[in-house]
Amino acid sequence: MSNKTLNGRRDFLKATTSGVIAGMLPVSLVRLAGATESDPEFTFAYISDSHIQHIKGAEFVRNWDRGLIRAVAEANLLEPKPDFVVFGGDLAQLGTKAELDHGAEILSGLNYKMRVVMGEHDYYLDLGEYWSDLYGEHYYSWDHKGVHFITLNSIITYDDWTFDRWESPERRMNEMAGLDNPNGSPFMVGRKQMKWLKKDLSKVSRDTPVVVFSHSPLQKIYKGWNFWTEEADDVQALLKRFDKVNVIYGHVHQIQYNQIDTIAFTSVMSTAWPWPYPESYAQAESHLPILTVPMNRADPFNERDATGWQFMNMHTGRVDLEFNLYNNNNRTVAFNHEKGHPEDTMFSNPKERTPTQSHF
Amino acid sequence: MKKTVIITMCLLLAGPVFADDFTKEDTERWMAQFEQVAAEGRRLWTSPEIGTNGVACAQCHPNAANTHPETYPKFQKQLGRVIQLWEMINWCIRNPLEGEELAADDPRMIAMQAYVHKERRGVKLNPGKH
Ligand code: HEC
Ligand SMILES: [Fe+2]
Ligand SMILES: [Fe+2]
Repeated sequence: MSNKTLNGRRDFLKATTSGVIAGMLPVSLVRLAGATESDPEFTFAYISDSHIQHIKGAEFVRNWDRGLIRAVAEANLLEPKPDFVVFGGDLAQLGTKAELDHGAEILSGLNYKMRVVMGEHDYYLDLGEYWSDLYGEHYYSWDHKGVHFITLNSIITYDDWTFDRWESPERRMNEMAGLDNPNGSPFMVGRKQMKWLKKDLSKVSRDTPVVVFSHSPLQKIYKGWNFWTEEADDVQALLKRFDKVNVIYGHVHQIQYNQIDTIAFTSVMSTAWPWPYPESYAQAESHLPILTVPMNRADPFNERDATGWQFMNMHTGRVDLEFNLYNNNNRTVAFNHEKGHPEDTMFSNPKERTPTQSHF
Repeated sequence: MKKTVIITMCLLLAGPVFADDFTKEDTERWMAQFEQVAAEGRRLWTSPEIGTNGVACAQCHPNAANTHPETYPKFQKQLGRVIQLWEMINWCIRNPLEGEELAADDPRMIAMQAYVHKERRGVKLNPGKH
């Protein structure tokens, strides 16, 4: 790790933090000075879980629309420009053409190349058919500046649930849309995609940084709300052969991060609404990674609180995240190379934590 | 124990009149009544019919999490006074659900509170907590 790179990183953190204090846009400034050919440094933005919800006719839930519109507007102000923007899934609430079209129209305001991840709310009405018309393959990989990127569709489930259980596609969608619905079913990558993943990774060398985008966490946190992927252990086994792996996931609508072997996990926020941490459900056991310093408890009197989008800096094979929280102080979760895991740059010391970060 | 004392006292004072005594069948029946109302609360919780924009409480409060009934009554700075749980429920009906407030004794309000308390069973009372 060269000093130059560290400087680049520090500048990123400083720039993003001072941006917050000044409360002004452009949201973030990045120095690319640290980048070298073997260690390229670049940025991308990540917007997720907008849950665009149709009411009737031309009416959509205003609250969720505002969240996405704001993310698009702010991401367009980034300077320097990010190399691309990822949308992390759950563009729609009930997977209808009206919702996907409306969401896609808002996203089309982005001035950047987009990569899109499938969420369960986009999928279970027509099994991703209309989504494919808009965004193409459900899972794919590509290389960018020496980094291998993979987008998985991690929200499929057992065939008998998907194909044999429900009298209509609408019913199936509704059953999967309820986070706490006991009739739901655990998220999966599935055998076909596992095979594809194995083959895809076989062409990648061990020291190539790998970044995986999935909708669900590729780790097991709480099954009751599908903060979970059935084959998490198998996927991790495939990934940890590489020196530097980063998994970025949506679905949980809250800040989470973790390190398992060489794999750094970080979640992203929703632009629509925040979710309680699973530990605040008193009737079930859950496993939030102990590394995670939680986001603040949301203020119900402020509809954009605890929603937002992310700005990411990629360097030395690791991803640093800036959480742009619309109505709260931004949070930065950056990879700490000495400790070998992601950490909150402000609140990793338990003494620094605030009462708003306690969830119960 | 306490009940026995009360019953004995009643007997002493009022002669052969039986105080309210109940059987296991009674408690089961009453619990079933509660469960029925809580189930209706769960139905309302997951349904858009409480609001006008299609949004349901469960969208943001899975298993009624983050409703903290054990902390009520408590001071809400945005309202500037100590309020009851049902008033906070009304806040969320009016805002994210863009709906009409319910009266405190509306059966739907009671059902939703039954559901919230059921999901929170076993958690110690902690009035005023934030
Ligand atoms: C858009 C998301 C959203 C929806 C929909 C929503 N709420 Fe809330 N609600 C919140 C948030 C965020 C909080 C603050 C959570 C906290 O205090 O940790 C909250 C707080 C509450 C509280 C008080 C919690 C406390 O700790 O004091 C109650 C009670 C409540 N909601 C009930 C409801 C009910 C009933 C509905 C449906 C009519 C509903 N909410 C719908 C987001 C929502
Ligand atoms: Fe979501
Ligand atoms: Fe999701």
